[in-house]
Amino acid sequence: MEVQQFYYDNKIVKNFIYATIFWGLIGMSVGLLLALMFLFPNLTSGISWLSFGRLRPLHTNAVIFAFVGNAIYAGVYYSSQRLLKTRMWSDFLSKFNFWGWQSIIVAAAITLPLGYTSSKEYAELEWPIDIAIALVWVGFGANLIGTIIKRRERHMYVAIWFYLGTFVTVAVLHIFNSLSLPVSFLKSYSVYAGVQDALVQWWYGHNAVAFFLTTPFLGLMYYFVPKAANRPVFSYRLSIIHFWSLIFIYIWAGPHHLLYTALPEWAQNLGVAFSIMLLAPSWGGMINGLLTLRGAWDKVRTDPVLKFMVVAITGYGMATFEGPMLSLKNVNAIAHYTDWIVAHVHVGALAWNGFLAFGMIYWLVPRMFKTTLFSIKLANTHFWVGTLGIIMYALPMYVAGFLQASMWKQFNPDGTLMYGNFLETVTQIIPMYWMRAIGGSMYIAGAFVMLYNMIKTIQSGSPVEDDLAEAPALKRVGKGRLIGEGWHQVIERKPVQLTILATIAILIGGIVQIIPTLLIDSNIPTITSVKPYTPLELEGRDLYIREGCVGCHSQMIRPFRSEVERYGEYSKAGEFVYDHPFLWGSKRTGPDLHRIGMKYSDSWHFNHMYDPQSTSPGSIMPRYQWLTANTLDTSDTQSKMEVMGTLGVPYTDAEVENGLVNLKAQALQVEKNLQQDPSFVENYKAEKEAAIADGEEFVPIYKREIVAMIAYLQRLGTDIKVKDLQK
Amino acid sequence: MLKFIKHHMTEIDGIEIYPIISLLIFFLFFAALGWWVVTSKKEYLDQVSQMPLEDDNLINTKKNQDEK
Repeated sequence: MEVQQFYYDNKIVKNFIYATIFWGLIGMSVGLLLALMFLFPNLTSGISWLSFGRLRPLHTNAVIFAFVGNAIYAGVYYSSQRLLKTRMWSDFLSKFNFWGWQSIIVAAAITLPLGYTSSKEYAELEWPIDIAIALVWVGFGANLIGTIIKRRERHMYVAIWFYLGTFVTVAVLHIFNSLSLPVSFLKSYSVYAGVQDALVQWWYGHNAVAFFLTTPFLGLMYYFVPKAANRPVFSYRLSIIHFWSLIFIYIWAGPHHLLYTALPEWAQNLGVAFSIMLLAPSWGGMINGLLTLRGAWDKVRTDPVLKFMVVAITGYGMATFEGPMLSLKNVNAIAHYTDWIVAHVHVGALAWNGFLAFGMIYWLVPRMFKTTLFSIKLANTHFWVGTLGIIMYALPMYVAGFLQASMWKQFNPDGTLMYGNFLETVTQIIPMYWMRAIGGSMYIAGAFVMLYNMIKTIQSGSPVEDDLAEAPALKRVGKGRLIGEGWHQVIERKPVQLTILATIAILIGGIVQIIPTLLIDSNIPTITSVKPYTPLELEGRDLYIREGCVGCHSQMIRPFRSEVERYGEYSKAGEFVYDHPFLWGSKRTGPDLHRIGMKYSDSWHFNHMYDPQSTSPGSIMPRYQWLTANTLDTSDTQSKMEVMGTLGVPYTDAEVENGLVNLKAQALQVEKNLQQDPSFVENYKAEKEAAIADGEEFVPIYKREIVAMIAYLQRLGTDIKVKDLQK
Repeated sequence: MLKFIKHHMTEIDGIEIYPIISLLIFFLFFAALGWWVVTSKKEYLDQVSQMPLEDDNLINTKKNQDEK
C-alpha cells in the first residue's frame, strides 16, 4: 500500500496555546477585580468602563470564549490532525480561525467595557461582532470537515464526533439566539420579547455550557487522557453511548434556568425531567474518563499532567451531579439567584475547563518544542495552589448562597420577614466574599506559575516545526456496507451522515420547546393594562442594559410567599411582552427590581445612583455618578421606537413622530420632582454657578441620563400594581 | 398526568398523540443506540480505541531534521 508523507501543522496549535494562556490570565484577572469589588465597591469609582456591570460580561466572555475557546481550538487542531492522519485541510482557514477569533476577543474587550451589550448572558456582543463570530465559526467547521474528508484513517475516533457535534450545535445556538434587529452600528434589539426571549436565551445559555464548555472538552478528554496515561479509553462502547445520549438530552435542559419564573409550566417541567436524565450520560462519561486510568494510578502520583486531568474529570463529575440536583424545583427555589450558582459554575470552569486545559498545555508544550518540562516541581506547585484555590473559592460561595437564601425566606412569628432589609442578607456574607477573593487569587497565582514554567520550557526547546508524518493513503471504498462491516461502522466512517444525525439529535429538543412557546398565544396570556415604554423609559431601559444592571438585579419575582412579601406581586408572563430583550437576570447580588416602580421617590433614586451608601449604608453597589453628568443621547430615540414597532410593539406613527416631544415632557416632570429635594436644589444651583463661572456649557438636569434611568425604574412593574391593602 | 400539556394547549385537537410520539422517539433513539453498541465487535472497538496512541510511532522526527 502506498505510504504518503505529510506535515502536521504545529504552528497553529502553538498560536492557540499562547492565546489560551494569555487570555486565560486576563479573564481570570478581571474576575479577581470583580471579586474585589464585592469588598471595595468603589474600587474603580468614577471610571464607567471599569464598573462592575460592564466588566462582569467581559469576565464571563473572556473565560468562556477566549480562554476555553482558544484551548478548544489548540486541542482540536492538535488531535484532529493526528487522529485523521492528515494536515488540516486549509492553512488559510486555520489562520483565519486564529486571527479572526483573536480579533473578536479584542472587539469584545473594547465594546463590553464601553457598554455596548445586548445584555443576553454569554451572548452580550452586539450584532456586527455576532456576524463575525458566525463567519469565523463556519471557517473552523469547514476546516474541520475538510480535514475529515481528506483523512487517511477510515474510522472517525469518538473525539472527532464530539468536535462535529460542537460545531453544528454552537452554530445553531448562536444564530438563533443572536437574531436581532439593528438600530445603529452597535445597538440592536432581540427579535424575541419577554418569556420567549428568556426561553431562547436559556436554551442558548445552557447549551453554551453544554456544547462550548463540555462537548469539545469531552473530545479533548477522549484524546488527551488516553495519551497522557498511555492506555486506551476504558470503554469505547460507553463513549458511543456517552456521545449520543449526551447531545440528545442536553439540548432540552435549558428551561431549568427559569424555574418558578413566568415561563409556562410545561416547559419548566420538561427542563427538569431532562436535567435529571442528564446525570446518566454525564456520569457515564466521567466514569469512562477516570477508569481510563485503571492500572495507571501510580502514574497519577508523579505526573502533573495526570493530576490536573484527574481533578478536571472529578470536577466535571461534581458539577454534573450538582446540575441535575439544582434543577429539582425545591433545590432550585433555594439556590437560584444566590452565590450557590456562582460556586457551581466555578467548579465547572476552574476545575473541569481550567484544569483540563492546564493538563493539556503541560502535556503539549514540551512535546511540540521537543524538550522536557522545565520544572515538574513548579507544575506540582501549580496543581496544589490551584486545587486549594478552587476549594477556597467554591466552599465559601456554597455557604454564602445557602445562608443568603435562608435569610431571604426567614419569617417572624407575626408573618413579617425577619430580614426585611435586603442589605442585612448582604452584609452577612461579606466574609465569604473575602475567602472567595483569596481562593481566586490562589488560582491565578498558580496560572502565573504555569506561565513562567512554560516560558522556561519553550526557551529550552527548539522552534516549532511542521511535524513530518507518514501514513498509508485511504483506499476508496464503495458507498454501501462492506463485507463484514456493521451498519454502525458505516456511520462511523461517514462524516456528513454522522453530522446530519447529530444535528437531528440536537434539533428535536429545541423544536419541541421553542416552537410552541413562539407560536401558541395561550402560553403568554396578554394583560390589557400592560403598555409599551414611553420614549424616556425606553432610553432609560437602554441605560439599564448599557450599565449591566442585570448582572446583579433580577426582574422576576417568583411566586413564593417570601418574595411576594419582600418585593410585591409575583411576575406574570404578560408583563414582559414588550421587553426586547428580557431583563429577568440570573443573580441577586442586590434585590429584585421588578416592582421597584413608585416604591421610592425620584430624589431617592437620584441620590442612590450618585452614592448608594448614602441612602443604603453598607450597600455594595458601586456609584453611577456619570449618569448624573452625561447628556442623554436622544439621536436614536425615534429609530429605536421604529425598530420596536417592527418587532411588534404597538407604537402609533404619532407616538414615534412625537417621540422627542413626549420624552422632553416626561423628563421635565422628573426634573420637577427632583427639585422638591432641598439638598438637590442647593447642589444643582452650585453646579450651575460653577459651570457658568468656568464658561462651560451647562446641561440642565432633564437632559441628562439619570432622568431617563429614574423614569424607567419608576415604571418597572407598575402596569399591574395591586393596591396595597394595608394602606 | 397530561394536565401540564392539556392545560396550556386545550385548543389543539388530538394533543394526546404528542406524548405517544415522544415515547416513540425516545424508545427508538435509545433502542438504536443500544443496538449500535451491542452489535459492535469487540476486536474492532479495541482497534479503534487505540487510535489516540498510534500516531507517535509514525512521526519520523529524524527524517524531519535531516531534510532541514
